[in-house]
Amino acid sequence: MSTIELPQATRRQILAGSGVVAGALAIPVALNPGRSRAAGAAALAGNAWLGVDAAGRVTLALPKTEMGQGILTTITMIAAEELAVKPEAVLVSIPDGDAARFAPIDQGTGGSTSVREVWKPLREAGAKLRAALVGAAAKQWGVPADSCDARDGAVVHLPDGKVLPYAALVAAAAAAPLPTEAPVRPASDYRVIGKRQLRLDGDAKARGTAEFGIDVYRPGMKYAALAVAPVFGGKLAGIDEAAARAVQGVTGVIKGDDVVYVLATNTWSARAGLTAARPQWTASAALSGTQHAAIIDPIIAALDKPGFEAAKSGDLAAARAGATQRFSALYTQPFLAHATMEPANCVAHVHDGQCEIWTGSQIPSDARKAAAARLNLPLDKVTLHNRLMGGGFGRRLETDMVERCVDLAKQVPFPVKLIWSREEDTSHDWYRPAYADKIDIALGADGKIAAWEHKIAGSSVYARVAPGAFKGVDDDAVEGAVTPLYAATARLVTFQQQESMVPTGWWRGVGPLRSAFVMESAIDEVAHQLGQDPIAFRLAHIEDPRARHVLQIVQAQSDWGSALPAGSGRGVSVIHLWDTYMAAVAEVSVDKDMQIAVKKVTVAVDCGQVINHSGVAAQIDSGVIFGTSAALWGEVTIANGRVEQSNFHDYRVLRMNEAPVIHTAIVENHEKPGGMGEPPNAVIFPALANAVFAATGKRVRHLPLQKGLQTA
Amino acid sequence: MAVTLTINGRRREFDASPEMPLLWLLRDLAQMPGTKFGCAAGLCGACSVLVDGVRVFGCQTPAGDAVGKAITTIEGLTEQPLGQALVKAWNEGDVVQCGYCQPGQIIAAAALLRDNAAPDDAAIDAGMSGNICRCGTYPRIRSAIKRAAELHAGAKA
Repeated sequence: MSTIELPQATRRQILAGSGVVAGALAIPVALNPGRSRAAGAAALAGNAWLGVDAAGRVTLALPKTEMGQGILTTITMIAAEELAVKPEAVLVSIPDGDAARFAPIDQGTGGSTSVREVWKPLREAGAKLRAALVGAAAKQWGVPADSCDARDGAVVHLPDGKVLPYAALVAAAAAAPLPTEAPVRPASDYRVIGKRQLRLDGDAKARGTAEFGIDVYRPGMKYAALAVAPVFGGKLAGIDEAAARAVQGVTGVIKGDDVVYVLATNTWSARAGLTAARPQWTASAALSGTQHAAIIDPIIAALDKPGFEAAKSGDLAAARAGATQRFSALYTQPFLAHATMEPANCVAHVHDGQCEIWTGSQIPSDARKAAAARLNLPLDKVTLHNRLMGGGFGRRLETDMVERCVDLAKQVPFPVKLIWSREEDTSHDWYRPAYADKIDIALGADGKIAAWEHKIAGSSVYARVAPGAFKGVDDDAVEGAVTPLYAATARLVTFQQQESMVPTGWWRGVGPLRSAFVMESAIDEVAHQLGQDPIAFRLAHIEDPRARHVLQIVQAQSDWGSALPAGSGRGVSVIHLWDTYMAAVAEVSVDKDMQIAVKKVTVAVDCGQVINHSGVAAQIDSGVIFGTSAALWGEVTIANGRVEQSNFHDYRVLRMNEAPVIHTAIVENHEKPGGMGEPPNAVIFPALANAVFAATGKRVRHLPLQKGLQTA
Repeated sequence: MAVTLTINGRRREFDASPEMPLLWLLRDLAQMPGTKFGCAAGLCGACSVLVDGVRVFGCQTPAGDAVGKAITTIEGLTEQPLGQALVKAWNEGDVVQCGYCQPGQIIAAAALLRDNAAPDDAAIDAGMSGNICRCGTYPRIRSAIKRAAELHAGAKA
């Protein structure tokens, strides 16, 4: 183990000499791929992306993408556990987009699936590698393999403590066939999994040395800015090209069907050139005359259609016949922008019948494919070097930033870095769909839920990305709605697609978040209608012990039931989504001007086996704050066929002084790991709405809360 | 046109208009990418740098305004004792997520700690609310600033 060679040794030694760095040693391969030495080819391969190199170092090509959620650290921890090394000792690289290399794992990162998808194959590959190394040592020593184990990058003969480092075993292990099966580490032996692991990318990110897509430089590269037709479906009518070219530093102007690009020696000149170009646009009266209500009203009206059946059980009419209590309500949720801190950008170089791309993508293999299609090049002529992302949230599950860039790059001989302005990023997003939901709950004389009807209408992202598979029900949009925590004698859930001019896409939580807001608002309304405590009512209707447990934790840890000043209130919600159980209590205050402030949020989570304790807690902070921004203020509106919002002044997000205190309780167990990227973002919406009701007596059914409260 | 600037103690000449915002000069001409582009409107703080110790938004500061002054970027700050204390506190507190806003957050925190060696929550709110983090690292930033204040005070004592 002492023979580990440090990449970027000189720089790291300087940093270590400053006394600032502790721990993180071998990681920069992933963080600064352009400037560090790549890991050597695996001498011993566990699969196409996990191995041990000739120096005995574990090498991992990250099969999922890092956008801030910490998956680089999480996946490295799982690999480190199986291979008995410290996570810091693993040489992690961020691989190119390469669907074939990682199949059956999809490099695409979304839906809180990363740990759930790699958990089994990663541990199995690691266990085989470990067995191969243990076997090689046992053979060399002439001892039974089961008298040996792997520890700290070496194999130990347990009876006498003699040790052989992996470096001394790799060649022999590689000469023998890889074991076809090997037992994974049992949870009782975990030394890495479930512990608090500092992020492996933390130090470089704090220092500003981590490389994001926007930080890529290529020799001879030019900088580009773009303007896209502001009205959806609009076209470029004309520009003042001479004025653009007169701007110092501008080197070129390129027109497209619905876009104009200005190239320059620097981004500022490109942006100034774009302003000087004063692009003129055309759009039909139908497009440019479209107002927000004309988009939202048909979504609400679509609830009157029968819809496509997503879930059905029992006889709804019969169940209603004996009901003693009935509740129904309509909820709406707006279009949302992603507003990643790093705006959309991409670097591309098209030359000699090939294309090289550098960008941060949640779907590097699909983005590569999209670029190849756009350029009419075979896939093997297109390389996509993926980078760290300054936020994803679903925005980088789209390929438009890559396609726009290669459209430009194919027209010039040099590499180009195309950066979207914040205004372009905000006004040409793929928005979280606006949804309308109608829920109708009937309770029987026994107090049990007899009938539960839930109708959902809105754009279907699924229908766009998987048109062949779409049969009327968007499986994402109805997720959660079809598996409620609350038992009912009869149930019907339907979906009705309703599209508009607004492009829609994945947005942290998407359909399940939508379901959570509606279901957990509605159940809260029923509890209040019956005069029951919202937590007690939920506990009376939820059987799942893990859901009950997280509810009981927040009940105990949130001061639930204690008195609050006038104008303050607490709201609760509970979800079982993405294989994770989560409950939250939000405490809000509403001032005399009806301004909502979120004071405190208590979250309890049972996500099964925790991988990184610190990572789970970080995702809770993240989802709570990201979700609170959107729940309070998030709304994209359309006027005259174009998005009205443009930057952080009119697409407001939470700041330090507005962030709540967050208290987190993490349940420890060894159940199958659940997702953590989205649940906290989903649980917080209804908890906030329910808290606003507790504080004001006003039920907000139309998000965002701050706006909805004015009319509630 | 040429602009001569002192960046992290080093004098450098750039072929640029003095009107060019520091953000783009640093990123595109100096090729120092630690200073990030977020909004170009002075709304998010990702492009924060110190000019003579004062935090400014690089996107709103013409390069010409910084002539003759000491510009400190994240790359330079992290070589100074205060920056080292901040990075250490950030690492101990496992603060970063996507990390894109963090250089700007650390620059803002440095300016805060220079003015106020032991900021309370209200001072942290006031000093840090110009910086947006979309990942929601605010609670850990708050703790890390308090820890950095301790570390820095200890280092000076």
